[in-house]
Amino acid sequence: MEYLLIIVSAIFVNNILLAQFLGVCPFLGVSSKLSTATGMSGAVCFVITLATVVTYLLNKYLLIPLGLTFLQTISFILVIASLVQMVEIVLKKVSPGLYQALGIFLPLITTNCAVLGVALTVVTKEFTFGGEAHMLNLGEATVYAFATALGYGLAMILFAGIREHLALSDVPKAFKGLPVALITAGIMAMAFLGFSGIV
Amino acid sequence: MEDRKMSNKFSLITDGLVKNNPTFVLVLGICPTLATTTSAINGMEMGLATMFVLILSNIFISLIAPMVPDKVRIPTYIVVIATFVTLLQLLMQAFVPDVYATLGLFIPLIVVNCIVLGRAEAFANKNSVGDSALDGIGVGLGFTLSLTVIGIVREILGSGSVFGWKFVAGDGILAFVMAPGAFIVLGYLLVLFNKFLAKK
Repeated sequence: MEYLLIIVSAIFVNNILLAQFLGVCPFLGVSSKLSTATGMSGAVCFVITLATVVTYLLNKYLLIPLGLTFLQTISFILVIASLVQMVEIVLKKVSPGLYQALGIFLPLITTNCAVLGVALTVVTKEFTFGGEAHMLNLGEATVYAFATALGYGLAMILFAGIREHLALSDVPKAFKGLPVALITAGIMAMAFLGFSGIV
Repeated sequence: MEDRKMSNKFSLITDGLVKNNPTFVLVLGICPTLATTTSAINGMEMGLATMFVLILSNIFISLIAPMVPDKVRIPTYIVVIATFVTLLQLLMQAFVPDVYATLGLFIPLIVVNCIVLGRAEAFANKNSVGDSALDGIGVGLGFTLSLTVIGIVREILGSGSVFGWKFVAGDGILAFVMAPGAFIVLGYLLVLFNKFLAKK
């Protein structure tokens, strides 16, 4: 039951893009075509989940025992950067097909604040999923990261669908490009506000 | 001659404010822009925090750039930036803990703010220390200015106040303080910017 709450909350209620504003740069950057948006979502999903597990373990078994939690930011970003590089090398070797699909998005992910954001949230924030406030354990953290990434993908793919239509419509000159995309995202965020209160 | 030099230095600062404004022209660093501008004061604090990191990382990177091999320059810059962000986190926790609590996650996330890495890569690694510091100040001020403007608009519409000074009894239009307002206000401000200030 608790896992279900985590999933619903992370995908819909606290959607990472539309409620927490993490990872908006690539959201606006690559969402003009549905196919690239899908590729980016896949890559982000993969990296967020992996990075959260690794940084969670790093924090629990290295930084906390040694009293080095002030190094969280700097060590996490290094872990994420090397992880992205490693994923790229492994994918290239093991699954060239997947590499073709996700490859070009991987280098962009290091500077996607969603990845560092989720990794830091999981180790610093207390959550209340149907009980009292507590820090997440490894299982919960993994589910939370994966569900958050799914929420990212959902918002991104929906938004790309809308933007493909926008490209064909007659938009006033000053609104062209980003402004109209931002206003559309605002209306989408309003729709997602409708989910608040269900968890 | 002397005069022209002075005006060049001056334009390093003013360029960041209008011509290369990080938010309205380059549209970089959108995540903190949207998330922390719920009120004018929050936006300004976030802008100043980013400016602190931007100036220090610009100075330091322009100093070490000649020694850094080309292949590892991006990771090096990220480590430099992350170091200054950690410094900022510790300073803020010590001296302004309530500001640190309000801005929360977005202080550590300055590490992945594309503006900071962008200036390191586009300016600091090929210019002198003095110029890089001025560029940091200019871009930092531009970012602070835009965040404050967005904050002012959202605060007026959302809570009926400016910098905490209330001029409407009761609540404003709450949606503007919440997530949708951030996207919509930034969208319309970009429209105004395109219409009146951008180069023809």
